[in-house]
Amino acid sequence: MKNWRTSCIPNNKYLRIYTALAALVLAVSLLNLCLGAEKVPLGQVLRALVGQGSGTTAFRIVRYVRLPRLCACLLAGGALAASGAIIQGVLSNALAAPSTIGVNAGAGLAVALCCAVAPTALYLVPLAAMAGAFLGVMTVLLIARRTGASKITLVLAGVAVSSIFSAGIDAVITFVPEALNGYSDFRIGGFSGVSMARILPAFWPALLSFALGLSLHNEMDVLLLGTEQAQSLGLPAEKLRIALLGLAAVLAGSAVSVGGLVGFVGLIVPHIMRSLVGEESGPLLVSSALGGAALLGGCDLLGRMLFAPYEIPVGIVMALAGGPFFIWLLQRRGRLHD
Amino acid sequence: MIELHNLTVGYGEKTVLRDVTLDFPSGQVTVLLGPNGCGKSTLMKTALGLLPRQSGEILYDGVNLERLTTRQVARKAAYLPQSREIPSITARRMVLHGRFPYLGYPRRYRAEDYEIARKALEWAGAADLAGRPVGELSGGQRQKVYLAMALAQDTETVFMDEPTTYLDVRHQLEVMTVSRRLADMGRAVVLVLHDLSMALREADRVAVLADSKLCQVGTPEEIFTGGELDRAFGVTVQRVRTEGGWLYYCQEKQEPKETE
Repeated sequence: MKNWRTSCIPNNKYLRIYTALAALVLAVSLLNLCLGAEKVPLGQVLRALVGQGSGTTAFRIVRYVRLPRLCACLLAGGALAASGAIIQGVLSNALAAPSTIGVNAGAGLAVALCCAVAPTALYLVPLAAMAGAFLGVMTVLLIARRTGASKITLVLAGVAVSSIFSAGIDAVITFVPEALNGYSDFRIGGFSGVSMARILPAFWPALLSFALGLSLHNEMDVLLLGTEQAQSLGLPAEKLRIALLGLAAVLAGSAVSVGGLVGFVGLIVPHIMRSLVGEESGPLLVSSALGGAALLGGCDLLGRMLFAPYEIPVGIVMALAGGPFFIWLLQRRGRLHD
Repeated sequence: MIELHNLTVGYGEKTVLRDVTLDFPSGQVTVLLGPNGCGKSTLMKTALGLLPRQSGEILYDGVNLERLTTRQVARKAAYLPQSREIPSITARRMVLHGRFPYLGYPRRYRAEDYEIARKALEWAGAADLAGRPVGELSGGQRQKVYLAMALAQDTETVFMDEPTTYLDVRHQLEVMTVSRRLADMGRAVVLVLHDLSMALREADRVAVLADSKLCQVGTPEEIFTGGELDRAFGVTVQRVRTEGGWLYYCQEKQEPKETE
């Protein structure tokens, strides 16, 4: 029995994958801290991280520029990928992701409105983003339900809702041009000029909802069996679906509040991870968070290094990588879930 | 035991079946028969609380269904839907989810749940499939895994909506054998079937549904002699005696004999 049980949860396999991904995140992080317009040797980076050498240029670069930016990247990448993993599972739709079903755009509109109305209330931004993300996902869900919830309908509804929200963002910017500092960065998704003060209010809710999502991994698996089967197993499927989408909205909202509208992370990463760890929600969620952090960290580094000293926002790098991936996904949609 | 009293079921405003009074006794295989669209599946889903009833009563061991939580219902009745999503989780994980109604939040499966799941897979003759993703299994293998899940759910009543549809004949017979074994273990097994001859041969009780009502309930013998089946399906059911008991078959309807 022991054997059967241990073979039932191939802990070792998952552990190996987690370790590899964590190592990848660490490597990307160190590279991010070392490389840039001004190269900082690894030794000085580590010293700066533990608080030594304050006053030196290296210390200032690492602590006040690169570290906040790195944290923002890791947070946004991990949160978006976890959000995507939840959304894809809950809607059992391989094409769903924060950027494709209006979650990101909803959060973006809320952020723009929040900044226009209360420009100084930084701590309100993540809250607004989360509320906007939830509004976005619920709108799309409602429309898809009414028009017959086929999987492609949901994505099309997401496209429509996203463009309405985008128009909203543009309208806000037209009336209050100073609402979003670095507007183009926000639209594309980028992390230049991010500060720790903006990261922390987004970090805690994201961490909390990730932990809650993880604690519901068996529920997510049962939901994958279909609504009727899930209900007959004693799961209040509708309530749970909305609760999980709420968690996904909090994750995506916190990412948008620090990094703007970064696309594709939430779409690509869960797919890659599914081929590594399989379909079970627990491992998928953990590995997606790690993989998303590594991917966005890596892409931000690329964006900073490719045309140095000029920077391209991470959103552009992501879109260049993610667009083709999405098209490839559409092509083989027949083999996914449908 | 699950009892339906004067139950009227349907979707939204539309009524599909009126005034059905029926129970599903333990240790018996009850088969619901009726032409397409007569409301067999609707009746099943309503009895499980998956669809709202329009009027009447559903009693689980004498307790009104409305007074039970989804989890309590899930400990009393298992359900194999006709169509379903096929996730690519392993068969053993799938069967383990049959234990879901017995866990509180946060749900972590216990050693005994793993043991029950293992036994259930063995019982359904699917032990060798345990490590394989459900999505890669053939229809017949998949059905065994679902049956194992229903067994792991450890309920008094097991509902199956067309469990033999799309299966080849050997797997159809296997499903029927497993149903019989479930009944022999004291479970109440309720099936929707389309194959009249299989239903009449294998069932303990048959309920004939047609024209928005329950036409007749009884043993296959009673149903055969009662003639409701012929009326419901517009065919003539015949039988011949074989070594293994009666063999039923259907013919196109013959003109009723005129008694002049």
